[in-house]
Amino acid sequence: MQEFGLEQIDDLTLGATLLGTGGGGDPYIARLMARQAIEDYGPVKVVQASELPPDARVLTIAVIGAPTVVVEKVPGGSEFTGAVKALASFLGDDVGAIMPIEVGGMNTLVPLAVATELGVPIVDADGMRRAFPQIEMTVFTLAGIGASPMSVADEKGNVVVFETTTNQVAERLARGTVMMLGMSNAISCYPMTAQQVVDTAIHGSMTYATELGRLLGAVQSGGSDAWERFADFSGARRIFTGKIIDLDRRTTEGFARGTVTIEHFDDHSRTLRVEIQNELLVAIEDGKAIVTPPDLICMLDHENSTPITTEGLAYGQRVDVIALPCAPEWHRAGFLDVVGPKAFGYDVEYVPFGGGDQQP
Amino acid sequence: MSSLRIGIDVGGTNTDAVIVNESGDVLAAAKSPTTSNPFDGIRDVMSQVLVGINVADVRQAMLGTTHPSNAIIQRRDLGRVGVLRLAAPASLAIRPGASWPEDLHRSVIGPTAIVGGGFEFDGTEIAPLDIDAIRRFAGLIDDSITAIAVTSAFAPASFDHEVRALEVLEEELGVDFPISLSHKVGSIGLLERENATILNAALLGVARDVVEGFHSALGEHRLEVASYLTQNDGTLMSAEEALRIPILAVGSGPTNSMRGACALAGLSDAVVIDVGGTSADTGILVDGFPRESTAAVEVGGVRTNFRMPDLISIGLGGGTVVKGTGSQVTVGPESVGYRVATEAISMGGSTLTLSDISLRAGRLSGFGDVDRLDSLDDALVRSALQWVDGQIQIMTERMKASRHKMPLIAVGGGSHLISDHVPGASEVVRPNHHAVANAFGAAIAEASGEVDRVYRFEPRGRDACLDEAKQLAVDAAVRAGADPAHVRITSISEVPLSYLPGRASRVLVKAAGQIKGVQA
Repeated sequence: MQEFGLEQIDDLTLGATLLGTGGGGDPYIARLMARQAIEDYGPVKVVQASELPPDARVLTIAVIGAPTVVVEKVPGGSEFTGAVKALASFLGDDVGAIMPIEVGGMNTLVPLAVATELGVPIVDADGMRRAFPQIEMTVFTLAGIGASPMSVADEKGNVVVFETTTNQVAERLARGTVMMLGMSNAISCYPMTAQQVVDTAIHGSMTYATELGRLLGAVQSGGSDAWERFADFSGARRIFTGKIIDLDRRTTEGFARGTVTIEHFDDHSRTLRVEIQNELLVAIEDGKAIVTPPDLICMLDHENSTPITTEGLAYGQRVDVIALPCAPEWHRAGFLDVVGPKAFGYDVEYVPFGGGDQQP
Repeated sequence: MSSLRIGIDVGGTNTDAVIVNESGDVLAAAKSPTTSNPFDGIRDVMSQVLVGINVADVRQAMLGTTHPSNAIIQRRDLGRVGVLRLAAPASLAIRPGASWPEDLHRSVIGPTAIVGGGFEFDGTEIAPLDIDAIRRFAGLIDDSITAIAVTSAFAPASFDHEVRALEVLEEELGVDFPISLSHKVGSIGLLERENATILNAALLGVARDVVEGFHSALGEHRLEVASYLTQNDGTLMSAEEALRIPILAVGSGPTNSMRGACALAGLSDAVVIDVGGTSADTGILVDGFPRESTAAVEVGGVRTNFRMPDLISIGLGGGTVVKGTGSQVTVGPESVGYRVATEAISMGGSTLTLSDISLRAGRLSGFGDVDRLDSLDDALVRSALQWVDGQIQIMTERMKASRHKMPLIAVGGGSHLISDHVPGASEVVRPNHHAVANAFGAAIAEASGEVDRVYRFEPRGRDACLDEAKQLAVDAAVRAGADPAHVRITSISEVPLSYLPGRASRVLVKAAGQIKGVQA
């Protein structure tokens, strides 16, 4: 694929929703933003990081805020271009290309809108290839790349640029700023050269998400072998099929946490517990963790294979729980400290994908 | 002196009516075909159902109708709407009407503007309301525009700007110009609420026709009654309110059917299966109200934030066509629908339908002539019934919220197809008058109120905030006509908002109660 136009948006949206693993913000709004921007400014050129000049400036862009506020205070657009331009000007560089930080949820599509408006290409790469709740949870952090200098902007023209000592501090400062700027804002961080992107990023994320969406769409329309082709491509496994029999939600330290319990359709003695922290994070059957971060857990509506967000979960829903292996780039030294189950406060060990005696 | 209610349901095939007394007993029921001008059907069915009833005893009339839904689905009789959004500089990245089906967009959406205004989550202004820009927008409204839809950011929590914009538009266009404000129409979710407000504004003409037709039918039968329409959540709005917010009447049919079925059966928690001519819908009632679907609801291809009952529909009905021989049968999805009365083999027609199978198997009686089915192969009958029983069992199991057995209520003209023993169901209940469950559901509908807000639980505390929300919902229900002595909270949902300080949660509370005077 050489460019992202209107034809690719729907597949990309579906793939992004799945990679949101229940969180990451509803990509519906981002899809409409990307459509409008492409209608107004034209398709977006997609490049691999290696095709850019090594010293080209690559900037990320993402929505930061509360998903529930974003659906009400819909983005203006200028906050994203504003954040990118402010960071570029702080660095004294031109913007060479835009890159998503999080291919999963709404932040997959917002960069397309920004790239086409700024007239620069989008890099087919990112730092997560799924949604995660915090800025420092990237492969860039593993590689020692700083989130700062970074910028946070609103739609009114207010911009803040930070320099911080650690990516964890960057996360706290950004959240604090957003609280004062209306909770529906833009963030540009992890400024890198194209060479740094080549060395550290997860490559092919945007095209991966698009293909994933296309294949899931085929599953939804019930094509023969559609699931097999989806699973071959993604490594997905169906880990459980059943009905939600309990849902416990709470907010602690700003995160929507909760536990959802699913009873197996055919064998009522089996239940699966999934722990939520904005995203679906840990799946536990019979007291044993079977899927843990950074591997992905997704819930699909049993009837139509539509991914369900954690906010959309409801008692009695009939769901298929599937697991996808994380991007291989995550498997580097120290990844469990950044995105392993203990990084989210769960007292369980990482389970290598496919381990734990799973049976569908 | 007794106090009676008349409930009327206009469906795609039939128009039904029931007369219900204050204890909820059905005194009379009637059915007649829905007519191309639906009010002929309403008048007909009213003449039938009112036989022997003293019209002076009838105090309330409740109408459930598919008019507004059909107007949107068929793109008929819709107005053309000017769209004003108060949110700039926020929200400019997505224009009004984005993602609407092209034909509906073309016929409904007129001039649009996004102007300065609206609120942040904490109640501060995004921007001061841009009065000059509103006046310029009013200048674009020509004779082709029948109504205006106004939507501001965070209007469910702070609607001052919408009210002020209404005043400005009335100064420019006159106080009679129809204007819909989003905070009266929908809940959190700017784009979905705006969509619903636009559709609402486009339906105002249809609403006028419905209410006028309803009132003239009532007048012809000399019924001096309070008149109501049923809403998608199974509660009532006054006919006057329906003139302003007709969109809330969209999708009330399945809710009325399910609530009516449960009340006829005297149950508040049950799985309901409504089998018609073409399809079977199953839903579940919890505490007397249908469990709602969490998926975004599309109306005529437009995404809205209405809650609709969680339903599973399959192609299984009295008119469903059966093909094949012996145990090699294919059932559906084609159906002869309401033409089953002439096309079924047992009725002298030439199509083998599930009604024929049911008649032959002894599940159905009083339909057609069983002798016409003499040549039917027993193996074929058995296989078709096996398929039906399997489908009913799957629907029941999927809908139930736990493995505990629940009663199953079978309603609708095709409900004879449901066996007396369904695995997963504690019993199969076939209430009297089940064929008019929709109209009965309309007749017993209650007045309701709801509140949908973002609360910060600190420093006041969660309980104080929830108490306030409950009181607001109760007040709204009483304003809608509920008897204050009988209002109860019917649902509370709390969604904690991630990343927000002060333990912020979106709180949605609904209250409902019988219309004042009905209990007598």
